Amino acid sequence: MTIDSIRTELLAKKISAEEIAREALKFAEAENSKTNAYLTFAPERALASARAVDRKIAAGEDPGALAGVPIAIKDVILTRGVRTTCASRMLETYIPPYDATAVIRIEQAGGVIIGKTNCDEFAMGSSNENSAFGPVRNPVALDRVPGGSSGGSAAVVAQGTAVLSLGSDTGGSIRQPASFCGVTGVTPTYGRVSRYGLTAFASSLDHIGPFSRTVRDSARLLQVMAGRDEMDSTSAFAPVPDYVAALDGNIRGMKIGIPKEFFDGLASDTGDLIQAAIQTLQKLGCEIREIRLPHTPYAVGCYYIICTAEASSNLARYDGVRYTRRAGSAGTLTDMYRGTREEGFGAECKRRIMLGTYVLSSGYYDAYYLKAQKVRALVARDYAQAFEQVDAIVGPVSPFPAFKLGEKVDDPTAMYLSDIYTVTGDLAGIPCMSVPAGKTTEGLPVGLQVLANHFNETAMFRVADAFERAD
Amino acid sequence: MKITEQEVRRVAELANLALTEDEIVRMTQDMDGILTHIDKLSELDTSNVEPMSQVLYDAEETATLRTDIERKPLGNADALANAPVAGQGYFKVPRVIEK
Repeated sequence: MTIDSIRTELLAKKISAEEIAREALKFAEAENSKTNAYLTFAPERALASARAVDRKIAAGEDPGALAGVPIAIKDVILTRGVRTTCASRMLETYIPPYDATAVIRIEQAGGVIIGKTNCDEFAMGSSNENSAFGPVRNPVALDRVPGGSSGGSAAVVAQGTAVLSLGSDTGGSIRQPASFCGVTGVTPTYGRVSRYGLTAFASSLDHIGPFSRTVRDSARLLQVMAGRDEMDSTSAFAPVPDYVAALDGNIRGMKIGIPKEFFDGLASDTGDLIQAAIQTLQKLGCEIREIRLPHTPYAVGCYYIICTAEASSNLARYDGVRYTRRAGSAGTLTDMYRGTREEGFGAECKRRIMLGTYVLSSGYYDAYYLKAQKVRALVARDYAQAFEQVDAIVGPVSPFPAFKLGEKVDDPTAMYLSDIYTVTGDLAGIPCMSVPAGKTTEGLPVGLQVLANHFNETAMFRVADAFERAD
Repeated sequence: MKITEQEVRRVAELANLALTEDEIVRMTQDMDGILTHIDKLSELDTSNVEPMSQVLYDAEETATLRTDIERKPLGNADALANAPVAGQGYFKVPRVIEK
């Protein structure tokens, strides 16, 4: 099912939005034991949204761009009255008092939110194994990870238990699970989608973005969410073009850059699929150019300084005072802070809080945090120079396809290093996405990453859409 | 070693994390691994580079001011609904100042 096919059925009165919502909930609940992709279902909210769509259709009004479409929301994005845990023991019983702007815009467009998806705790991880509520299993291969941190959001679209979903991306958390599960996932330009109501992890890097089966559906969902929001001062004023109208399948003459640095350390089966994708783009009439992004090897170190520094500040608010969980309250205020945080946070959150506190601490700030901000400027400059020569850049999303559950949990540094091809896009703030590029001989999906210049989602979508049609 | 157990204990105090002895040992190894990789950044000469703290775009100076219209705030009861302990319209915490 796609946004368009649901719309056609609704407008032809072949089915009602309420019937779709009931079926979607029933199917998603029945299938969830296989993947653990949903943490919470929202039947009352879903049925209320669906009935509103049915009333509009009955009255002959426009039911909205996402009319009746079942959508799942990553559990770091706030939904008023529907439990939002961030996959953490810390927020196990947290009921948000307001909605994220992205959620409001989806429902205003007729979208039907059916539940909240599992993820790595506070969006920290690359395998979804850091959830306090158990890992998500990859629907394509149940003994493998779905990627992370938005593993649940990728899995529900791959499994067909939602038509669309929302994820968040700070260093690759949308594109990498999209690649691992064989779906489309989009990280828009920094500031393109309001983060009001997104639980802050690393504020200078956090994005909200869509997952879908087709490029066209991601473009439609982004269209609904994009644009200035006065509740988020970092949301951009740039006008939002009509993304879908530009998808004519013709990318002849577009200049596509291939960064040499994205092919170091790539698994051979992934590399073969990416090379085949580049040949497809060439056949579609694109001009392929080798480019350089020379600071790529420094990006992971730079990223893990900046994101942990920001995380250590953002997660300071979970101290036992305001957010549901409290421990150690028999002692002093400090005992309460420390007891709550020891009990509430999992190992990866603690690791990142510790690293972030360390790099910001007295005597280390210049050597780590300031240095990383300077290296970030160099990474961004690499892209700025590249986009003087090309319209879009393509490459792999991840050095390897989905790995087995438990395979990499004991080596956090190796896990961090696997983010090498995704962190640079976040550091620069440019739009980037993963579109399915086929499967390895083992049957594991591999995504092609498409990147474009700031606010040029149109070029990114056009390349991905033409590639999807040709594939 | 890039970091010692003693330093890890000091950082844990700064971060208000009460780590167990096992966690301290493991944390020291893990932080050492990533800090060793991070050392790679020192290969780059950044003396003439301006630090980038945010992704910034051009906008009017007053662009981020919202329009001055009255809006209903969250309200006391909603704001306190997730408090572990509340009373008299406030978040309650352990006693800080002795009488």
